[in-house]
Amino acid sequence: MAEPTTADGLAEAAAPLPRSRAEQRPLPGLLAYLLLVRMWSRSASQYRVSLALTGLAQVFTTCLDLIAILVIYSQVPMIGGFALAQTLYLYGTTRLAFGLSDLLASGVETLADSIRLGTFDTVLIRPVSTLAQVLADQFAPKRFGKLVPAIATLIWAVVVLPVQWNAMRIIVCCLTVVCGFVIYCALWVLSGCIGFIAVDAREVANTFTYGSEFATEYPITIFGAPLGLALTFVLPVAFVTWQPALYVLGRPDPFGLPGFLRFASPVAALVLSGLAALAWRACVRRYRSTGS
Amino acid sequence: MRVYLTAARLSLRRYLTYRSSAAAGVATNTVFGCIRAFVLIALWKQKPEINGWDEADAVTYAFATQALIAPMGIFLSGTELGPRIRSGDVAVDLYRPVDFQAWWLSLDLGRALGAGVLRSAPPVLFGLLLFPVRLPLDPVNWIEFAICCVLGYAVSFALRYLASLLAFWTMDERGVASIMTTAGMFCSGLIIPLTIMPGLLGTVVQHTPWAAVVQLPINVLLGTQAGGFGYALGFAALWALVLLASGRLLTSAARRKVVVQGG
Repeated sequence: MAEPTTADGLAEAAAPLPRSRAEQRPLPGLLAYLLLVRMWSRSASQYRVSLALTGLAQVFTTCLDLIAILVIYSQVPMIGGFALAQTLYLYGTTRLAFGLSDLLASGVETLADSIRLGTFDTVLIRPVSTLAQVLADQFAPKRFGKLVPAIATLIWAVVVLPVQWNAMRIIVCCLTVVCGFVIYCALWVLSGCIGFIAVDAREVANTFTYGSEFATEYPITIFGAPLGLALTFVLPVAFVTWQPALYVLGRPDPFGLPGFLRFASPVAALVLSGLAALAWRACVRRYRSTGS
Repeated sequence: MRVYLTAARLSLRRYLTYRSSAAAGVATNTVFGCIRAFVLIALWKQKPEINGWDEADAVTYAFATQALIAPMGIFLSGTELGPRIRSGDVAVDLYRPVDFQAWWLSLDLGRALGAGVLRSAPPVLFGLLLFPVRLPLDPVNWIEFAICCVLGYAVSFALRYLASLLAFWTMDERGVASIMTTAGMFCSGLIIPLTIMPGLLGTVVQHTPWAAVVQLPINVLLGTQAGGFGYALGFAALWALVLLASGRLLTSAARRKVVVQGG
């Protein structure tokens, strides 16, 4: 073994005899994830007042962007060609999808610190999926608070939107949230991978996650065609809510893109998850401990 | 006095050590400045003048707020004092033969200066290159802006110090601090300029202490503050005095009544 500190090296050191994958990992990833989530939830519930207050703060923080949208629409009836109810729909779906991913996958945010401190080594020697451990790290039940205004706004938008709610629209609306959730989870994992390459880049990683979330709350038309197209094809966050929302709202594509893209969110979600999985594997393999 | 200057200097030096992390912060501030600028541009396209601001004022505001986030510590929940109270380390701080509040002010001031040096100019320069940002050429505007920033910083520190001190009673300051950060994000005008908030909401938010932290300095820089520099100065100075004095009272109450955690 030339590099005893690489991930493969550690796995070999722990298991000198060739064994089946199931034996190496006695706990399935999902079960391990759920157990870790339960552990962190119990830990957070020890400080009850703090949990209640931080949960409330999450509700308020999520409401702030909503209030911002309402303030903007108190000045003008349309932004980027979209009326208030339509923007509320974009906000609700974005926030719900992002809130779910933030709740379940943002443990990745602590990764940069654990790489810097060398505690990622312990993640590697446990016979449990590394991704499950990292995603569940510091699971914070307070983030349920983010879902409350998101769901309320989505219901509000669905009620006031002047559209005919047929089966197809309802399916696309539900798929929007599911695919958006998957896309954001993939972005969390990819942003975590940045931590392997540049330890100090935590805030840069934030631009991908929180930045793309903020960008999809508004009609993408406000960014103009070049940036709007970049958000569709380079960093494909337009598929989180924008493209499927064009279908639900019954609007032509302002950039003249073909109609089938409105149903391409599942494909975008699959491709991004695949990329995220590959990037994660590559990063964990390359990982070198900082320990002395 | 010298001990406070030394503390501030060392804290500044510590902040300046983490340059790559500051570079990452600059990138983030710039991206968010752009997104917020796009939102405001979309609004001003529909309505070319809102409460005396044109598009250039709004875009300048979007980037200037990003420049002030780090030095003013808007996203910081409290000061570094809070976690030390939670862990009990504060017992050592209480032993020091210095004024408690001034000590924490010096440390935080060093951090703010470092953040200002490393992180404030780049987002605005980026905006100047690619967006219709308009900065005043008159040095008087800049001097008044600098004075308002100092007072705004004093208000920001006083608020965060109060939030941290509460940990002496609640054991865990994170709940209170997160509520205060949320209120601060909104009331400082970071999310949306206070000048475009309608009716009663606008009146209320323009009188909270956070207005002195971001909105008033930028108003003074743009030359759009109602009542001019004099009003901004009086408003910020009054809040700074009230909040710093409350901090002193609360500190002496904590010194007398509270038992430090430890184990």
